Amino acid sequence: MAEKMLIDARGSFCPGPLMELIAKLKSGQVGDEFEVLSSDKGSAKDIPEWVEKAGHEMVESRQDKGVWHITVRKMR
Amino acid sequence: MKILIIGGGMGGTILANNLARRLSTEIKAGKVNLTMLSASDQHFYQPGLLYLAVGQMMPDELYRDQVSLLEPGIEFHVDPVTEFHLDDNQVKTQSDRSYDYDVLVVATGSRPNMEEIPGLAENAEMFYTEEGALKMLKSLREFEGGRVVVCVGVPHKCPMAPLEITFMMHDFFKVRGILDKVELYYTYPIGRIHSLENVAKWATPEFDQLGIKYETFFNMKEVDGENKILRSEEGAEVEYDLLVTIPAHKGMEVVESQGLGKDGWVPIDRLRLNMEGRDNVFAIGDTTNLPISKAGSTAHFEAEALGENIASMVKIGQPTRDYDGKVFCFIEAGKDRATYASFDYLNPPDPKPPTRAVHWFKVAYNQMYWASARGLL
Repeated sequence: MAEKMLIDARGSFCPGPLMELIAKLKSGQVGDEFEVLSSDKGSAKDIPEWVEKAGHEMVESRQDKGVWHITVRKMR
Repeated sequence: MKILIIGGGMGGTILANNLARRLSTEIKAGKVNLTMLSASDQHFYQPGLLYLAVGQMMPDELYRDQVSLLEPGIEFHVDPVTEFHLDDNQVKTQSDRSYDYDVLVVATGSRPNMEEIPGLAENAEMFYTEEGALKMLKSLREFEGGRVVVCVGVPHKCPMAPLEITFMMHDFFKVRGILDKVELYYTYPIGRIHSLENVAKWATPEFDQLGIKYETFFNMKEVDGENKILRSEEGAEVEYDLLVTIPAHKGMEVVESQGLGKDGWVPIDRLRLNMEGRDNVFAIGDTTNLPISKAGSTAHFEAEALGENIASMVKIGQPTRDYDGKVFCFIEAGKDRATYASFDYLNPPDPKPPTRAVHWFKVAYNQMYWASARGLL
């Protein structure tokens, strides 16, 4: 059964929100969703760009009180 | 009060020495018992492996007797933990002993996970163990030319290592006089050549100037050793003559198998460093799931914050400060130059152009580390 996991990467300059997502996504199952919290506005561009290249799926990207909430579904 | 520290690496050792000094009166009075359990009687300076791989340090420079680094008052046993019974405030060890605690700190570190990528262990060089670093040195010395590909897994220990080993191999081949026969080809998982944007901005023109080629958005998928091809999750492939990897890491097996955290990473509060759902269990260093660098300095600064808090809990019944996410990383930049990145949860790093002075300070720190482990620096 698909799960939804939260990755709180606020304040993560290194390795950064995208690296955190890549690391966590590896050990997930196809269909799992990962919601990344990022205080870095660059994540709103970096994460969708990688998700497209890697063949996964963007579910949502929104900003709330200075924090980006970016949800990705593992597709393979 | 019984304080039990699991792990004799950088974080555990700095914390134990910090607590032994802050609580020396209570330890002498028998009110506090401070115990460390480790898997080895040796303390290992892991950052030295980078230098070992290019022949700039020797193995015997990387070890000290663990006991020689510990303050009086610390009870030390070489007896790795095999079972955690957190509901009973107790651990069991390889020697079949049980240790009760009031406060537990898990500082067991991380391990390279070469098996994650098919073909990687059989075909790539890596420097995260003494054996691996010495094997890599031999390969670098015997290499006669061709393409050297650097590939990076996530998460990995020491975020500066991919850049550093690339610059250092450039120097190594230059000194050997074969640089004109070598093509350095660097790959990186995200859309720039380092996770820190300011570091990437500095390093990219350095790579261009040195003729180091690079490919971004490259996450290892498999290595075809027979045809010497590395393939990525993103569908790219690159041929290599020598493959050097910064492998993905996992937490220690006992942490994972005992259910303390997925992939061996203990989930903790980013400010108090306590394990989620536990007030008397803490984790520091590589062991945690925090989204910050797995680096010695992280363990060092976490140990200082936690030492202050555990001591104040003993003395006044409450912690006194939060961990602010502080990290400090040297960055070896080749040509006897280095710079550094210093940052915390709120302040991004702003590395300055590399200088010889910072490089020589880093070389000096490789020797001064032993004072750092004792908590004196």
